[in-house]
Amino acid sequence: MKFLSRFYIGIIFFILYAPILVVVLFSFNASGSLSEFAGFSLYWYKDLFRNGEALQALKNSLILAVTSSLAATALGTLAAFAIARTKSRRKQKLMEGISNIPMMNPDIVTGVSMMLLFVGVGAMLRLDDTLGFWTMLLAHTTFNLPYVILSVLPKFRQMDKSLTEAALDLGCTPAQTFLRVELPSILPGVVSGLMMGFTLSLDDFVISHFVSSPDFKTLPLYIYNQTAHEVKFSMYALCTLMILAILLLLIAVNLAGSMGQGRRKGKGKGSALQKGGLTP
Amino acid sequence: MKKRSVFERMAEAPYLVWSAMFILAPLLFVAYFAFTDRNGSFTLENITSLSAYSNTFVMSLGFALIATAICLLIGYPLAYCMSRTSERTRNILTVLLMLPMWISLLIRTYSLMALLDNGGLVSSFLVGLGLPKLTFIGTEGAVILGMVYDFLPYMVLPIYTSMNKLDKRYLEAAADLGCNSRKTLFRVILPLTMPGIVSGVTMVFVPSISTFYISQKLGGGSFDLIGDTIERQFQNAVTYHTGAAISLVMMILIFISLAVMNKFSDGGEDIIV
Repeated sequence: MKFLSRFYIGIIFFILYAPILVVVLFSFNASGSLSEFAGFSLYWYKDLFRNGEALQALKNSLILAVTSSLAATALGTLAAFAIARTKSRRKQKLMEGISNIPMMNPDIVTGVSMMLLFVGVGAMLRLDDTLGFWTMLLAHTTFNLPYVILSVLPKFRQMDKSLTEAALDLGCTPAQTFLRVELPSILPGVVSGLMMGFTLSLDDFVISHFVSSPDFKTLPLYIYNQTAHEVKFSMYALCTLMILAILLLLIAVNLAGSMGQGRRKGKGKGSALQKGGLTP
Repeated sequence: MKKRSVFERMAEAPYLVWSAMFILAPLLFVAYFAFTDRNGSFTLENITSLSAYSNTFVMSLGFALIATAICLLIGYPLAYCMSRTSERTRNILTVLLMLPMWISLLIRTYSLMALLDNGGLVSSFLVGLGLPKLTFIGTEGAVILGMVYDFLPYMVLPIYTSMNKLDKRYLEAAADLGCNSRKTLFRVILPLTMPGIVSGVTMVFVPSISTFYISQKLGGGSFDLIGDTIERQFQNAVTYHTGAAISLVMMILIFISLAVMNKFSDGGEDIIV
């Protein structure tokens, strides 16, 4: 029985990882064959980096991921603060409920709805081209927000409230209290929210697909266009690099998350589990 | 303390304004586009014209239900087996289960496509065994396999979490009171992990019914699911209104099914999603 159970776990995880491993392995393939490994080579990586379009997409992705995760972290931290401090239960429920909408809605609906907003508002203002970097930034910030709130909110709840009161009693202004007393103790949550937002933004394809324009393409959009009809090996190289980047980020998120007051338990809404840190 | 409460009230303002502008307003725009024509006057035509897509809806629903059922059948035993391993193994398995969730679904779909492609590893392996050459890409099986492969971790994780929370003393009590292992499974473990099942089913069903790149990449363009149909309407400004109508109907269908599923888990403790 025990053997059977191990065998079952092994085989499912093998299936889960096999395609990814094949892509990583074949990105180093010296030949252009999908079934035969002709020897180790960096040919496809060189091919990728010779390509100006891919480099531009990389640059766009990084700019977008940095700006949107910073914006979401600022907004989300303030929101988590407000949710943690509000005394009315109803308001708390409402605010958490709103942040759940984009998580429950399928990505395609979120993408389509944002596109219609941008196009609709653009038409009202008589603009020709509304879609581009700014609409991407607004959309990415919006879908990053709930994840930031979910990683910061528990830190506010764990925090000792008497510290805040002491700071206020000793003459700190509310803003000073926030920056000097509260911010340092929620910092691990803020950092992990920031990195989570960065990762989500780097990965997102569906929502970006609808709110982007041809002059601002990110890496997932570029991969999607390049793989429309045939297999391209330089795309294997690109996928491998992205997987590597995500792995490194996850390690960083986990280190940030376990900094300070030990590991966060996966209380709260399951969404924290869904895409939360690596510790459930 | 008075000043403090002013600060606290101000803190929620940016978030509320942002949510109103970028979460609620977009949904209103979907409704607006769904009920107007190109001149901006009210019409029900977009909604009524959806009957032309009834086959698409039925096919997508079928694909999503099959994929969800397969995920549950594979995922439940997996979660059960995982929860019975030693703590050290459990920690490693948890990380291994969550890693794929962080890799872009597009990349994972693409890697599955590479594996199944004509001339890819799987087909050349089968030919090597002396089996006839099979085509995977472009079949129903490939699309469903893609959904199962992409979303399986989302089924396993919530079930696994509720398995781990399960108090082992219940199992001992059941055994002491004369339950055999089958009875324990159906009368104790299954009901207690129901919240996990419900959220797992939700997390697989919703993305499966709304996907478009899986059917495009693995279905070779021969299957038009709801997601594909929506995506196509938004390539051309003329059909935005139809696209909005389809999205609206899909969203309503999904919310109804979520509400029905949540009814099932009412008996359980807390719902995970």
